[in-house]
Amino acid sequence: MDKLVPVPSRGVVPERDVDKRPILETNNLGIDFGGLIAVDDFTILVGRTEIAGLIGPNGAGKTTVFNLLTNVYQPTRGIIMLDGISTQGLKTYQINKRGIARTFQNIRLFKELSVADNVKIGLQNTMSYSLAEAVLRLPGYWKQEKRAHARALELLSIFNMDHMADWKAGSLPYGAQRRLEIVRALASEPKLLLLDEPAAGMNPSETADLMENIRKIRDRFQIAVLLIEHDMNLVMGICEGIAVLNYGRIIAKGSPDEIKSNPVVIEAYLGKREEENHA
Amino acid sequence: MSKKPLHIKTPVRYLINALLFAALLFGGRVLIAGGGVSPFYVGIVTLAGINIILAVSLNMATGYLGQLPLGHAGFMAVGAYASAIFMTRSGLDPAVAMPFGLLIGGLVAAIFGVLIGIPALRLKGDYIAIITLGFGEIIRIVLLNIDEVLGFPFTYGAASLKGIPETSTFFNTFLLVGVTCFAIHTLMKSRHGRAILSIRENEIAADSCGVNLTYYKVMGFTVSAFFAGIAGSLYAGYLGILNPSNFSFMKSIEILVFVVLGGMGSMIGSVLSATVLTILPELLRQFAEWRMIVYALLLILVMVFKPSGLMGRFDFSMGRMLENIINVLTGRKTLKGKGGKTNG
Ligand SMILES: Nc1ncnc2c1ncn2[C@@H]1O[C@H](COP(=O)(O)OP(=O)(O)OP(=O)(O)O)[C@@H](O)[C@H]1O
Ligand SMILES: [Mg+2]
Repeated sequence: MDKLVPVPSRGVVPERDVDKRPILETNNLGIDFGGLIAVDDFTILVGRTEIAGLIGPNGAGKTTVFNLLTNVYQPTRGIIMLDGISTQGLKTYQINKRGIARTFQNIRLFKELSVADNVKIGLQNTMSYSLAEAVLRLPGYWKQEKRAHARALELLSIFNMDHMADWKAGSLPYGAQRRLEIVRALASEPKLLLLDEPAAGMNPSETADLMENIRKIRDRFQIAVLLIEHDMNLVMGICEGIAVLNYGRIIAKGSPDEIKSNPVVIEAYLGKREEENHA
Repeated sequence: MSKKPLHIKTPVRYLINALLFAALLFGGRVLIAGGGVSPFYVGIVTLAGINIILAVSLNMATGYLGQLPLGHAGFMAVGAYASAIFMTRSGLDPAVAMPFGLLIGGLVAAIFGVLIGIPALRLKGDYIAIITLGFGEIIRIVLLNIDEVLGFPFTYGAASLKGIPETSTFFNTFLLVGVTCFAIHTLMKSRHGRAILSIRENEIAADSCGVNLTYYKVMGFTVSAFFAGIAGSLYAGYLGILNPSNFSFMKSIEILVFVVLGGMGSMIGSVLSATVLTILPELLRQFAEWRMIVYALLLILVMVFKPSGLMGRFDFSMGRMLENIINVLTGRKTLKGKGGKTNG
C-alpha cells in the first residue's frame, strides 16, 4: 500500500494521488434537520484512486453524508467539490452523470426486473439512442443494446453473477443483492463509488471476498471508493484513509493504524465495540 | 435430452408476429366483406379495438410508470373533439383526411399530457390522481360550454357535434391496435422503457442511477395521453356524433377497470380484459343496468383472490410460446419449465 501523505486540515491521501486533483473535497459541510444538527463541519479529501472509509457509531450521520454528497439533501452550509467543480444546485441524477454512484444501506434494487435490466439501468447514461430509434427498432437501437448487454454480463462477471442475468433481482439471495447493487453502481462509470455498509448481513467468507473485490474494482477501473462500514476487519483491511464521525462531527482522520491507536476514537467507538466483543 | 433448447432468433419472432397479425387483420376483413358477420357484431368488435387502445395506453401510465391517473377519458375527449372538428371542417375526402385526423387527435392529447404532466408529476405523492381527476371533469365541462366560440359553432356542447365521417372500420381500428401495441412494446423494451420501469420499482434508486425522474414520468404520461387521443379519434369516427357526456368520469373508471382486472403492467392482460369487458356487456344488453354492479363485483373478486390482476405482470410472447411448444414436442425440454424468469 502507498504511504499516506497528510494534507493540511483535510485528511490524508495516498502518495500516488498527491499530485492529482482530488476526486472529492468537502469544506465545512453541514445539515440541520429542524433543531438536530445531523452533520457539522464535515471537511474531508478523497484521493483520485483512494479507498477511504467513513466510520462511526449508529446515528452518527454517515448515511446523511452520502445523501449530501449525492444532493438527495441540500446542505445547510458548506461546499462539495467533485473533481474540482462544485456540485451545488445539481439534481441527484445529474450528480450521477458527473461521476458519483452509490449503493444503499437498505438495499434498493429494481426488484421485479431482471438482474441484467438492473445493470442496464445503471448503464442509462452511457447510451444515447432516441425514442424514435427505440420504437422503430433502427440500427442505433440494436447496436447500443447489444453493447449494453455484453457490458452488463461483463460487469456481472466481476462477482461471478453473469449466469444470473435473467433472474429476477428480488429473488437473489441477500449477499448477491448487495453485490448487484455494486455492479449497478459501477455500470454508470463513476469516478467515485459510495458504498453504504456493503458487508452488512454477509458472513465472514463473503466479507473477505467482498474486500478482495472492492480492491480489484479500484485497481481495474482506477476509481475512488468511499465506504461506510461497521465491520472493522474490512475497514482496517482495505481503507487507506479513514474518517471517524460521532454525533455528526469528525473526531479523527488518518490511516488505519492512526485510527486504531487514537484514544478519542477508542473511547467514542472502538472501545465500546471491543467491550461488546469480549462480553 | 441433451439437445440444446431451440431458440427462435429475434427477426424470425418479429416475422411470426407480423404474419399472424396480418392473417388476423385480413382474415377479419375478408370475413366481414363477405357478409359473414352482421354489422352489429362488427360494431362491437370495432369498439373492443378502441377500448384495447385505451386500456393498453392507460396501462403504460399505471402498470409501467406506477402512477394512478383518473382522467384518461379526458385525453380521449380532447383527441376525439380535435379530430372530429378537423374531419368536419377540412373539406378533404374523409379517407384522405382520416390519417391526419388521427394524428391531430393524438398530438392534441399529447400536448395536454405534457401540460398536465409537468406540474403534476414533479410533485411527490398521489397528486396525479387528484389533478387528472379534475382535468377530466374540467375538459367535459368546457366541452359542454364552448358550444360557440366568437360566434362560430365549435363543439356544439350538449347539442352534440354531428356529421363526423364514420371512417373507423374493423380494419383500420385493428391496424391501429397493432401499431399501438407494437410501439408501446418496443418503447418498453428499450433504455427509455427501462427508465420508466425503474421509476415504478424504486424512485430513489432510479434517481441515483442517473434517471431523470421528471423527464421520464412526463414521457410515459404523454405517450399514454397520445394513444388515448388516437383512441378518441377512432371513437369519433366510430360514433359519427360526439357529446361531452361520452367522456364522463365513469368512462375513465371503466378504462381503469380494464387495466386493473387484466393486471397492471401486463399488456396482454389489458388486451384480453378490454375485449371481454366490451363484448360481454353488449351481448348481455338486457342487463345493461347491471353493468356497473358487475364491474364492481368483478373488481372486488379479483382484488380479493388475485390482487395483481388476472395476468399479473405476465408478458405474452408468441415467439417464446412457440419455442416452448416445439421444445416440449421434440423432447428438448420437459413440461416443468425453470422458474424465476422475469417479464415486465
Ligand atoms: N430526513 C431526516 N429527517 C430528520 N432526521 C434525519 C433525517 N435523516 C437522518 N436523520 C437523523 O440524522 C442522524 C444521522 O442519521 P444517519 O442515518 O446519517 O446515521 P448513520 O451514521 O448512517 O447510522 P447507521 O449506522 O445506523 O446507519 C440520526 O439522528 C437520524 O435520525
Ligand atoms: Mg446509515
